[in-house]
Amino acid sequence: MCIAIPAEILEIRDDNIALVDFGSLKQEIRVDLVDVSVGDFVLVHVGFAIQKVNRDEALETRELFRQCYAAMEETA
Amino acid sequence: MAGKNPIAEKIHELTDRNLTFMHVCGTHEAAIARHGIRSLLPENLKIVMGPGCPVCITPQGEIDAALELAEKGCIIATYGDLLRVPGSNGSLESSGADVKVVQGVHKAVEIAKTTDKEVVFVSVGFETTAPTVAATLLTRPPENFSILSCHRLIPPAMDWLLAQGEASLNGFLLPGHVLVVTGLSEYRRFPVPQVVAGFEPDDILLGILMLVEQVREGAVRLDNAYPRAVFEEGNPKALEILHKVFEPCDVEWRGFPIIPKSGLKVREEFSAWDAQKKFGIEFKPTKKHAACICDKVLRGIASPTDCKLFGKVCTPRTPVGPCMVSHEGACKIWHHYHVKNI
Repeated sequence: MCIAIPAEILEIRDDNIALVDFGSLKQEIRVDLVDVSVGDFVLVHVGFAIQKVNRDEALETRELFRQCYAAMEETA
Repeated sequence: MAGKNPIAEKIHELTDRNLTFMHVCGTHEAAIARHGIRSLLPENLKIVMGPGCPVCITPQGEIDAALELAEKGCIIATYGDLLRVPGSNGSLESSGADVKVVQGVHKAVEIAKTTDKEVVFVSVGFETTAPTVAATLLTRPPENFSILSCHRLIPPAMDWLLAQGEASLNGFLLPGHVLVVTGLSEYRRFPVPQVVAGFEPDDILLGILMLVEQVREGAVRLDNAYPRAVFEEGNPKALEILHKVFEPCDVEWRGFPIIPKSGLKVREEFSAWDAQKKFGIEFKPTKKHAACICDKVLRGIASPTDCKLFGKVCTPRTPVGPCMVSHEGACKIWHHYHVKNI
């Protein structure tokens, strides 16, 4: 339930909505809970950014997620 | 995780006594089971689950309330995990009601905008999730939208567990994404070793190692093994929004008695979106299945495999208790990964 995944803010739209990039998926999320600008990395939980995170570390986590999913597909 | 893990080796080297640590997070349990982390730990180091799965700790009376709203003709929107949790009389899935699975509360509001029917979002989750719902109510959603607040707060449950003493714990592995929002200060009052950890296998192992180190030092402190996301002050904006919309209330947890100030109710000024007030719904106490031990699993004093029903009468297809329903329920996770015992 408390899963949160890092994503990069690509575009900030009206009404606290932002377009973000999860790596292989672009999606609109809500940014009511954080003050962010384009290029920031955020942790996304149930469609909301809940915290800003360090860019390098976010990229590293995203790579780990990618490897996990790749490994899961191999074993599926 | 091929080969030897250096953090796990260090844990083996330093563990010189029987230790029991509790985590309070379904996402931690899922990661621990998926990556086989218990198999990397010494035999005398046990990781037990606490009440960290929001779906599992939602009492039957609150599921019954959601079913009552469905019977009144409301569209029920919620997270997929909640669909099969048994109430006294079937589940949301088996009720034949109009139930929509949504990514988050904002998607439930979108549904309300496209219909004249009442849409009720069954709102479960801890401090990580509650601010998203609060932020949504601040946007003043349409009149036909409301929420059934089933939120819970982690620290009051930890107070209860420590006061009870039945799980005899040496420390807590704290839930990273709850503390992303709350920050660290609230947890400093607990007189046990605590480490907040992230969710990668190495994050979790590091958290466990830091707990072992505290025990060896005889220390009682709060260490942060997830500093890339957890900061001292948490997310003050999210906390402010949370407290603007919700106030703490006394609520029952499945497997626990009523824990003071451990739930969140919608403040009076937002009552137009409070499904309990709008539809006159009360949470009624109910009796659990006699043989089900989900209550003990949630308190960290039993493992899923201690249950006579586990894998026999109670399976993910035919769940008796909530821990076999949620993807973050200990029983479902253990069943999925064929865990025989700790």
